[in-house]
Amino acid sequence: MSQIHIKQGHIIDPVNNINGVGCVYIADGKIISVTNEPAGFKPDTIIDAQHKIVCPGFIDLSTRLREPGQSRKATFKSETAAAANGGVTTMCLQPDTSPVIDTPAVAELIKELAKNANYPQIYPIAALTQKLEGTELSAMLTLKQAGCIAVGNANQPVRNLLILRRALEYAASHDMLVMFRPNDYWLGNNGCAHEGAFATRYGLPSIPEAAETIALAQCLELVELTGCRVHFGQLSCKRSVIKIYQAKKYGLHVSADVAIHQLHLTENDIIPFDSNYHVLPPLRTEADQQYLRQGLATGTINSICSDHQPHDVDAKLGAFPETEPGVSSLETLLPLMLKLVAERIITLEQGIASLTSNPARVLRINSGALTVGFAADVCIFDPELEWQVNSDNWKSQGVNTPFWGRIFKGRVTHTLQAGNIIHGLDKSWF
Amino acid sequence: MSENLQLNSEGKLKHFLSIEGLPKSLLTEILDVAESFVGIGDHQIKKVPLLRGKTIVNLFFENSTRTRTTFELAANRLSADVLSMSISTSSTSKGESLLDTIRNLEAMYVDMFVVRHSISGAAHFIAQQTAPHISVINAGDGQHAHPTQAMLDMFTIRQIKKDFSNLRVAIIGDILHSRVARSQIQALNTLGVAEVRVIAPKTLLPAHVESLGVKVFHNLTDGLKDIDVIMMLRLQKERMTSALLPSESEYFKCFGLTEDKLKIAKPDAIVMHPGPINRGVEIDSKVADGPQSVILKQVSNGIAIRMAIMAMAMQKQGG
Repeated sequence: MSQIHIKQGHIIDPVNNINGVGCVYIADGKIISVTNEPAGFKPDTIIDAQHKIVCPGFIDLSTRLREPGQSRKATFKSETAAAANGGVTTMCLQPDTSPVIDTPAVAELIKELAKNANYPQIYPIAALTQKLEGTELSAMLTLKQAGCIAVGNANQPVRNLLILRRALEYAASHDMLVMFRPNDYWLGNNGCAHEGAFATRYGLPSIPEAAETIALAQCLELVELTGCRVHFGQLSCKRSVIKIYQAKKYGLHVSADVAIHQLHLTENDIIPFDSNYHVLPPLRTEADQQYLRQGLATGTINSICSDHQPHDVDAKLGAFPETEPGVSSLETLLPLMLKLVAERIITLEQGIASLTSNPARVLRINSGALTVGFAADVCIFDPELEWQVNSDNWKSQGVNTPFWGRIFKGRVTHTLQAGNIIHGLDKSWF
Repeated sequence: MSENLQLNSEGKLKHFLSIEGLPKSLLTEILDVAESFVGIGDHQIKKVPLLRGKTIVNLFFENSTRTRTTFELAANRLSADVLSMSISTSSTSKGESLLDTIRNLEAMYVDMFVVRHSISGAAHFIAQQTAPHISVINAGDGQHAHPTQAMLDMFTIRQIKKDFSNLRVAIIGDILHSRVARSQIQALNTLGVAEVRVIAPKTLLPAHVESLGVKVFHNLTDGLKDIDVIMMLRLQKERMTSALLPSESEYFKCFGLTEDKLKIAKPDAIVMHPGPINRGVEIDSKVADGPQSVILKQVSNGIAIRMAIMAMAMQKQGG
């Protein structure tokens, strides 16, 4: 019976309204007390958390670990280590693996891979349509029973609205959450950059905001029609934030997240033709970024996701439009969130909630809080510790990040997943 | 990036990838050097020994007749050894990557690549990846840039109009897909013309095109007033099938340059076109072959300008 005492840290737990110095007591993988020492508690591990923040482990709503099918890019082993290094204790996997997560066999394979990587808290998102092709429904109930937490079509648009309607209706029948990245196939026009001054200057195929907002508006109409629970992922523009705000005000049960890099980068930051800035949806304007930030601050957008997409070197080696989109981002999630706090966009409590309790609420899981009885998923970080994004401090197999070489403030020192210490920053590092 | 990549530590031309980031003085220098090569075609011996012993590879991943031939002629006249390769994109996508193609050619002791590719940024990518002693000249990349075309246009304009500062220039046609237009706009603005206009329907203009430093017109009659230089663009046939335009005849009616339309511009206005011309689509034959047309002059000037750019880019090697 293993017992862990996290000592004298600054605990921030938005759900339980805790914001102050105290201790967390863990036994048998569960939180057994916060602040008050339980009688007869004999810890075999003591973690000194003085001058550190202790909060629930982060829950990531959109991650790609590349297995099965693309282990040349990354593996469960490499990426779960990256997750632990970034304080992430629960991950939702996008279904665009190879094969696609559209059969229970693939869902079970993922569970198996997660177990072998000693990182069990991985939830597959099942494909909304078979092979993500947007033509036939996936076996959602079977997939739910096989452990899929939601359904979604990853980056593949469902072009036929009748099929989208039926998919939402069917998901609603089984009370399944649909995770939807709004993206109109035709308006997207195979673009690789925001339709704005940057794409115009460099002659890049571009994607207008309307590719996102029209798909979003259509889906919102279908939410009303079908009563399906939909979470909108990786929003990128101002008008999307406005649409979600209006939909919520109107009474629709929808939620939304934003990828962390969208809160920090705009088209103006792109180094011309540097493929590390190639992301989808594309980096947009400063006005878009301001609205995304404001949307997060006011709760219109309730979660931040990493949108982690590790790549091999070759995938990013080429002329910009030909490279693959995505950023390896699990390990920069915390410092980039803290940067928003430092810039007074959000409070630290809001930042932590957007990475913990809010995504837990979206997924309806008992996690994202230091509630007694919950699995002990804990992230301990030193908000002042500076570190450089370089190969010494990096675990992901993908080094595709525009932040490579950057010095950040705030680093995860310990990560506990269900009471297992899956990451502990070596003392010698200090 | 463009600045550092294109210029060496002394500010001399190393690669020629895009007009962006190049100072006015350098563009003027290119025009001046080209001036000195203009007469060479008339000599009995059309060669100068500037690049003797150098190997230049023309790498054309996209079809081209005019650009490739003028690059070949320019390299020959500079006494370089020239190898021209037309590589269909399909054969590279099947097997060898762009990078592998470059690496293999590098291993054959090449001094310069002249690259045309259908993807924006391809020339930048090659310049970043290639060995430091090799120069890369962009002969057109996707919808991004075609800087040697823009420079030969500037050269032609200067030959006739002498000074850029009072000129009003109109670029007409498919700006959206045109690497030529992007480079022309940058060159004209760098050289300090009074005004650059673009004239096209909205479907053929990129978003925020005014951010490139142009005035936008959707109407030829308004756009051509007081214009000194008319730069036509080629209209690709596939624009009709992708719903950008209804028909060639309607396009010609609205944006085709006819003798009547030409009268709206200044009486001494010149008409330019990068070729190949679609007669009766963007330009009437009477205008293309008329007294104000300088289209064939552009072609001849292409050789001198490309000689100048190749010679200057090689100079940085001390050779």
